[in-house]
Amino acid sequence: MKITKKEVEYVARLARLALNEKEKDKMTAQLDSILQYVDTLNKLDTNNIEPTSHVLPLNNVWREDVTRPSTSREEILANAPDQAEGFYKVKKVIE
Amino acid sequence: MELFAMTAHELSEKIKNKEVTSQEVTTSVFQRIDAVEPKVKAYVTLLKENAFKQAEAIDQKIKAGEPTGALAGIPIAIKDNMNLKGAKCTCSSKILSNFISPYNATIIDLLKKQDMVFIGKTNMDEFAMGSSTETSYFGKTYNPWNLETIPGGSSGGSAASVSADEAIMALGSDTGGSIRQPASCCGIVGLKPTYGRVSRFGLVAFASSLDQIGPLTKDVQDSALLMNAIAAYDQNDSTSVNIPAPDYTKSLVKDLTGLKIGIPKEYFVAGMDKEVEQSVREAIKLLEKQGAKIMEISLPHTEYCLAVYYILAPSEASANLARYDGVKYGYRTPDAKDLLEQYEKTRGEGFGPEVKRRIMLGTYALSSGYYDAYYLKAQKVRTLIKNDFEEAFKHVDAIVTPTAPTAAFKIGEKTDNPLQMYLSDIFTISVNLAGIPALSMPCGFTKNRMPIGLQIMAKHFAEETIFKVAYAYEQNTDWHKEKPKL
Repeated sequence: MKITKKEVEYVARLARLALNEKEKDKMTAQLDSILQYVDTLNKLDTNNIEPTSHVLPLNNVWREDVTRPSTSREEILANAPDQAEGFYKVKKVIE
Repeated sequence: MELFAMTAHELSEKIKNKEVTSQEVTTSVFQRIDAVEPKVKAYVTLLKENAFKQAEAIDQKIKAGEPTGALAGIPIAIKDNMNLKGAKCTCSSKILSNFISPYNATIIDLLKKQDMVFIGKTNMDEFAMGSSTETSYFGKTYNPWNLETIPGGSSGGSAASVSADEAIMALGSDTGGSIRQPASCCGIVGLKPTYGRVSRFGLVAFASSLDQIGPLTKDVQDSALLMNAIAAYDQNDSTSVNIPAPDYTKSLVKDLTGLKIGIPKEYFVAGMDKEVEQSVREAIKLLEKQGAKIMEISLPHTEYCLAVYYILAPSEASANLARYDGVKYGYRTPDAKDLLEQYEKTRGEGFGPEVKRRIMLGTYALSSGYYDAYYLKAQKVRTLIKNDFEEAFKHVDAIVTPTAPTAAFKIGEKTDNPLQMYLSDIFTISVNLAGIPALSMPCGFTKNRMPIGLQIMAKHFAEETIFKVAYAYEQNTDWHKEKPKL
């Protein structure tokens, strides 16, 4: 086994993903078979190979720090599940 | 011929010559939608009222003799992962089912500048994760050629809409084959441009180092026209490349004399689908007859592409999809006792099984203790895959392969086996990993009358070479003129 149900529970917590028991069992089996497949990469020696994160050379893009019009607060908050006084409203965070 | 059945370049001529109006074309397309959409289900949202307003405004512009774009008045469908201000942008997910775009993606602004008409937002695999458009929260899309088969994915709605004449052209996005594989399944032309050629600003991110927007069209000329509209540098996308885009229609010439085309032996393996192999081999013969020099080449790391992709794409996705937490927009669980539970339940209830699987896979690959073994290892093998193409393009101008290992498969056939589903993208994924452009076009049919796709690849920013090969092939065949019976 490449991955256990306990590890699936741990990763689900990291990913902030609630899974029920049935989902956990299915996920464990499916991730296990995908990870076994991915193991084929270990056939390759990559010791002296540089990793590629982007295919084209990426440079930092700079611009002058000038103010520009942006989307209004009303437009942004229009999609909020809950709001109050111009802010997003969520469950109490501080005890 | 009905207006809805025509290509964009045919209709553009007629609109410019004042033979027809944009409103007449738009009316024709919506009549077609009324007739076949109940069978195909290509759209998540239709923008009928707005489309007619746009068409009317464009007609007035033309009547007044004002300058208009090359695609003025042409109705286009947009995949539902691109933001169009004021319209829903759901990514076919429950978690964004109520989200209304507060701004336009750059490509939308570019199409507006062309005076195009937006018909609607098309169905897709949830968050573009899939090869069959079966994972949409809003239900499946059906292949116009056979309603019992998948249209491909993830841009299945866009491909089906064009194939069924419910749109004159469409935009899709391609992370591992999501434009080309549905184009192949639906018998149309789909292009994934070079990474950085088309702005991703306003495209909902799946795997940021692989995602690219591109055209789905009825023929090669339309593909070039749509590329002319969307290929541009954008300061709002830091990975957009500041190289001037050429006029792609200038590449639409029939002569292939002296052009070298590589056939990678790793894409023609024992046990491959006989009908697919035969159609692609015949296409290669035709290209040779047009003057191309055909050479066998090797892309030795091909067998590792799928494994690399299924580490890198989910890793990037797990980071990109962290933003869906029920705080600022989208679905929020109705019952949670604290903030942590709100996050977990919102995401647990809001995402479908395939998205959850990829978030889990990516989170695992990036987690402490596994990062080097999976993520870093995959990035290193990505370098080897990229090098394969760089080496190949020292010897050839283009590479030709099948787009997909089989024609469209039956609905439900692969939904229980993720790995089998992932194998649908085995011929398309390498292109995204290397960041090169590739196009799929129809090159024949199976004996069950299902379309087969031919894939043409070229090096970075060599879309012109692809168009040249594709146009030469299309001018000598009639596959693109075939229509599904609906």
